Amino acid sequence: MAPVFLVVVTVVFFMIRFAPGGPFDSEKQVPPQILENLNAKYHLNEPLWKQYWRYLVALSHLDLGPSFKHANRTVNEIIAEAFPVSLELGLLSLAWALIIGITAGGLAALKPNSLLDYVPMSFSIFGICLPTFVIGPLLVLVFGLWLEWFPVAGWTHWQHRLLPSLTLGFAYAAYISRLTRGGLIEISHQDFIRTARAKGLSEPKILVKHALRGGMLPVVSFLGPALAGIISGALVTETIFNIPGLGRFFIQSALNRDYTVVMGTALLYFSLIFVCNFLVDIVYVILDPRVRYE
Amino acid sequence: MLSFLLRAFFLACFVTNITLATQVINIGNGAEPRDLDPQTVTGVPEHHILLNIFEPLVGKDPKTLEPIPAVAESWKLSKDGKVYTFKLRTNAKWSNGQPVTAQDFIYAWTRLLTPATGAEYAYQGYYIKNGKDFYSGKIKDRSQIGLKAPDPYTLEVTLENPTPFFLSLLYHHSLYPVHEATVQKHGQRWTRPENIVTNGAFTVDKWEMNKIIRLKKNPHYWDKDKVALTEVNFYPTENLDTEEKMFRSKELHVTNEIPLEKIPSWQKDKTGVYQQYPYLGVYYYWINVTKPPLNNKLLRKALALALDRERIIKFVTRKGEMPAAAFTPPGTAGYFAKPRLPTDGREIARAKELLAQAGYPDGKGLAPIEILYNTHAGHKKIAEAIQQMWKQNLNVQVRLFNQEWKVYLDSQRTKNYQIARAGWIGDYNDPNTFLDLFLTGGGNNNAGWSNKTYDDLIAQAAKELNPKKRLEIFQQAEDILLDELPVIPIYIYTRAYLKDTSVMGWHPNIEDIHPLKFVSLSPKS
Repeated sequence: MAPVFLVVVTVVFFMIRFAPGGPFDSEKQVPPQILENLNAKYHLNEPLWKQYWRYLVALSHLDLGPSFKHANRTVNEIIAEAFPVSLELGLLSLAWALIIGITAGGLAALKPNSLLDYVPMSFSIFGICLPTFVIGPLLVLVFGLWLEWFPVAGWTHWQHRLLPSLTLGFAYAAYISRLTRGGLIEISHQDFIRTARAKGLSEPKILVKHALRGGMLPVVSFLGPALAGIISGALVTETIFNIPGLGRFFIQSALNRDYTVVMGTALLYFSLIFVCNFLVDIVYVILDPRVRYE
Repeated sequence: MLSFLLRAFFLACFVTNITLATQVINIGNGAEPRDLDPQTVTGVPEHHILLNIFEPLVGKDPKTLEPIPAVAESWKLSKDGKVYTFKLRTNAKWSNGQPVTAQDFIYAWTRLLTPATGAEYAYQGYYIKNGKDFYSGKIKDRSQIGLKAPDPYTLEVTLENPTPFFLSLLYHHSLYPVHEATVQKHGQRWTRPENIVTNGAFTVDKWEMNKIIRLKKNPHYWDKDKVALTEVNFYPTENLDTEEKMFRSKELHVTNEIPLEKIPSWQKDKTGVYQQYPYLGVYYYWINVTKPPLNNKLLRKALALALDRERIIKFVTRKGEMPAAAFTPPGTAGYFAKPRLPTDGREIARAKELLAQAGYPDGKGLAPIEILYNTHAGHKKIAEAIQQMWKQNLNVQVRLFNQEWKVYLDSQRTKNYQIARAGWIGDYNDPNTFLDLFLTGGGNNNAGWSNKTYDDLIAQAAKELNPKKRLEIFQQAEDILLDELPVIPIYIYTRAYLKDTSVMGWHPNIEDIHPLKFVSLSPKS
């Protein structure tokens, strides 16, 4: 992991600095003395390799540096405030995705090619095709403005969590439902399922007790990158619902050329993807006895 | 029994909600503020908060924008118009109970003029005697700056030139006082809620980034009995659609803006919620006069005259803006620039003639002109309309380019453009803030334009004591500007936003200043 990490650090570090415009450019021109002072304060006037080395040394102490745009905060503080929000949103969305997805996929797999199959799967097509910036405002319109059941934006009370996590979860629920259905149908053709049927067990019981574990494998493989994707890609949902998550910061800081925040966030996402994929490998081993024997 | 208890519980919650109809206001504030340090920030969202947590020397009447006493109870101006003597009230306090003194202002303004502070608005201090020289290092001794405190409650300010707008300038956040001991103790982290010390009607209670900035009534504020609001919540609302929905679901009392597409339907609103007022700003196009073909004055004039500004406002922007017949917004401190540009299409024939005189009869021989704008749906629509007008009226081809904000700023700075969209909001209510944009070598003179007579006139206006003569000098300068046209003014800004009918004391004015000290919420029926 370490060499890949270093490559990511290096690539991001140099790439952001190649974009025109710097952190202190503004519409009302910054006086040159001020610019000199600001650049000196943040070491932006040093040769690039020196800045790079300085960053690496700080990184080894887990110090992600000061924010260029927000003088009274460090990158560590910004991430410490924003990341838990994105994490919570991500986990809640994933929970919704799993609940809705597995239920829908399970129902569909019970009676393939029947109405019980077609209805959930049609919904899942909607979920896959409709982007979050359509689903989100739709949910807001119906449940927020017309029915007035939930607030429209923000992240203070538990009521604020529902619509955003549903919005984000819905798209993933769609994928999970199709994967579950496919996985379960495939498993149900296996010998050990036929044995269970021969023993006289009911279909739902077979599904839940025996087939689910094996049928979940495609979902588990999907989950790893999905979790990382949900946490990092929640930007649109965060923007629609005014949620103070890391995705919004990431984009804002890129547009502001706040180099340190961009780097810190990119490194965090990289680590996240790595950890998620690693966890998925472990879960796979637990779920699938066949993998263990290999 | 259970159902009775449940019903009683919900009723109690409901009733408490009603009786707690408090003076808590929720305001949409646009972008997340960068910081709350009065000397270093530059944005409007920051100013909205700063004007409520700090109090300047001289305030502004929320209706008329006339100077009113704030920290200063009274003031006197010397005969030569260069020395102000302010008498501070003795009961003004910081939020930690300590008194606000003249020294606090001297500290803050000296800090503004110290390069190490990193104040982009340092030039606001140049109006003070020796301010510019101290900043550039020509003068090393800070006591030479024209600021004296003969006693803790008297501040004597000596100016470089008579500056008629100085009292209005004091409302700019760069000239707010700061608490020296706090800044020294905490350095860059002094603006964090747990450290910050302020002297205004409100203090900072909570600041969660991208989420909320909460202000609470300042118990040490000298005028606290007049302040009705107990709590103010500023929400960052970059997404205009979300902000509008928040207003409709009663989560906001006032929005910062309105999505363009929703404006026509809100304009039909009869409940008094939709607000639309002229704003001290001008929307225009820079012309890079350093490169051909646009270094040709006749070509620039042809382009400026071939625009039907009223059509743009009627069909594209639709916010009831005023078409710009000059550069400085009319009514700026009583100055009404003579209209030199057509507001509709009446001069198109003359534009065609000028184009021919410039050497491009009917657009022949002219390479396509490029218009640059920062990525934004509104700017795109306006640019497309102008592209069409120039094609239709002059047979001039136009290409449109959009760039992300920082890149767009960079392109203008490096003169890597032909025509670029821009907007300029006045820093204070005086023509000077608009017309000094075009001084030779000025930091914001993106056109690269230079005219010695113009420079001299602006310098002359700075020294002129007679207000009427001064405005006449500005008119002369403006005439040169509108003859040479390094810019094409298009319209004067309006502010359009939504305000709940329960909000009282929030008056429209051209600077869009609404100090919350005077605002209250009427109880709902």
